[in-house]
Amino acid sequence: MNAQAESYVTDDGRTIGPTVMEMKNITLRFGGVKAITDISFDIREGEIRAIIGPNGAGKSSMLNVISGFYVPQEGEVWYKGKKRPPMKPYQVAQQGIARTFQNIALFEGMTVLDNVMTGRIRQMQSGLFSQALWKGKAEKEEVANREQVEKIIDFLEIQHIRKTPVGRLPYGLKKRVELARALAAEPSILLLDEPMAGMNVEEKEDMSRFILDVNDEFGTTIALIEHDMGVVMDLSDRVVVMDYGKKIGDGTPDEVRNNQDVIDAYLGVAHD
Amino acid sequence: MPEQLVFAMEVFLNGLMAGVLYALVALGFVLIYKASGIFNFAQGVMALFAAMTLVGIQNGQVPFSHLINAMFGAHVTHFGWNIPSVVSLLLTVGVMILLAWCIQRFVFRHLVGQEPIILFMATIGLAYFLEGFADLMWGSEIKTLDFCLAGSACLPQGINVAIDEATYNLFGYGFFIDNLDITATVVAILLVIALVAFSQYTKHGRAMRAVADDHQAALSVGISLNFIWVLVWSVAGFVALVAGIMWGAKSGVQFSLSLIALKALPVLMLGGFTSIPGAIVGGLIIGVGEKLFEFWVGPLVGGATENWFAYVLALVFLVFRPQGLFGEKIIERV
Repeated sequence: MNAQAESYVTDDGRTIGPTVMEMKNITLRFGGVKAITDISFDIREGEIRAIIGPNGAGKSSMLNVISGFYVPQEGEVWYKGKKRPPMKPYQVAQQGIARTFQNIALFEGMTVLDNVMTGRIRQMQSGLFSQALWKGKAEKEEVANREQVEKIIDFLEIQHIRKTPVGRLPYGLKKRVELARALAAEPSILLLDEPMAGMNVEEKEDMSRFILDVNDEFGTTIALIEHDMGVVMDLSDRVVVMDYGKKIGDGTPDEVRNNQDVIDAYLGVAHD
Repeated sequence: MPEQLVFAMEVFLNGLMAGVLYALVALGFVLIYKASGIFNFAQGVMALFAAMTLVGIQNGQVPFSHLINAMFGAHVTHFGWNIPSVVSLLLTVGVMILLAWCIQRFVFRHLVGQEPIILFMATIGLAYFLEGFADLMWGSEIKTLDFCLAGSACLPQGINVAIDEATYNLFGYGFFIDNLDITATVVAILLVIALVAFSQYTKHGRAMRAVADDHQAALSVGISLNFIWVLVWSVAGFVALVAGIMWGAKSGVQFSLSLIALKALPVLMLGGFTSIPGAIVGGLIIGVGEKLFEFWVGPLVGGATENWFAYVLALVFLVFRPQGLFGEKIIERV
């Protein structure tokens, strides 16, 4: 049932490739509480895939399963056509799955530039010894990676705060720095956990624009979580809707919008 | 120039040199505390263990010889060879890395996420274990440490003649500055430059700072916490080795060496537990402070002020500036 469907071109001219990640019958329990019940969906190359649902629906848990922070009791994660064995979060990151956090997890004491540079750890291969001596490969690598990082910093319009310690930045900019760090890893899949949470309207618009630009410019596959339906519908190619740990809808924004279960979950339903 | 002032200058210089040695020990504390939040009580014992291992390897001592002799009725003590200092140094670095791995694998890996006080207790246990282990491995007698780079280029001992002469010509009084102290200062400066460069401009240095800052974020960019912790303990082990060499060359390799860790405590309270420059400046202030205090106030109170001056100074700091000179100010939001 590995749906390696043909690629297609969207209305706005982007190419959506075959499946890059597939979640198969994922169930996650915390003690006796089921956070996720038997959920399956796929993420295709180059698309913006949203996971939405009311508070407590299990969206963040789902993201944590993808990024390896939680290990599901049942189900399989398929990545690039292979079943993924149980992994530590840092190993998942090294495979090219980058993420941001709902509550922002940045290195507060480090500058913006250093924060974004940590994102490139995956690309830096030189050994400990040559780094200690700061010779040859290590030096070239540092310079090359620095160039890439500067590009990303330019792209996300955070040049003016490059040397500022992250702890001093306002919330909206922190979110952007976190996006830059995740992007610096040149990820195969970029996971965004509520990228617009706690933002005002203007910041939300900025963030939406950046997400679209990133997808458009770098062709990055993006999976994002939001509970604000409005924003998501404009952004995403396909949407998974969760409620109480179960999948209640999956499809294009239009399909989802007209799904009766989804409407009930969001607007509430009269029990008579 | 008045005679008193010239004496005071000499005391000041000697204080600086002593301070460098305190700073070297304090540096090891700061490295581990920053990266893992563990206050490593065993840092002083690590310096002792490193120095003993170095001397033992140099002299071709048989490790655990007492144990072997007791168990098998043998009488081995030495292999009968001497290993060049540089080779011994590299081997000792290897031993310290192995030790770092063991500490992480067998102790702290099982204590991830525990309260700081529990981690601290674990390091006290580690200190006692390591002290006993060093005794068992290399014996408890006092050893002299002669460290030579190549042939005759050894760690210099005794008075620096050039400074003695220069100051004699200038003030009519020759300063007594130990060559070893000057060497220790130069080594400490190089070590700090190397550490700062490593942590600022390399991938693993950056990863070390990242782990110190936020574990979850570090994981999400692909940093293995275990690896970084082993790395941090290895670096701290290396700093302990340097401190052990300098102290060992100065006063012999003996078990009282582990007590220098206690002198590092007031240094840390002054400098702040999280700041490398703080450790250096704190060490210098304590070193200079206790020497000058002894020089001026000592005669009035019957001397021996060096034993308590550092702790009283630390106490004053705890009252007025608990985060130290360079420490991060702790702000709790309500």
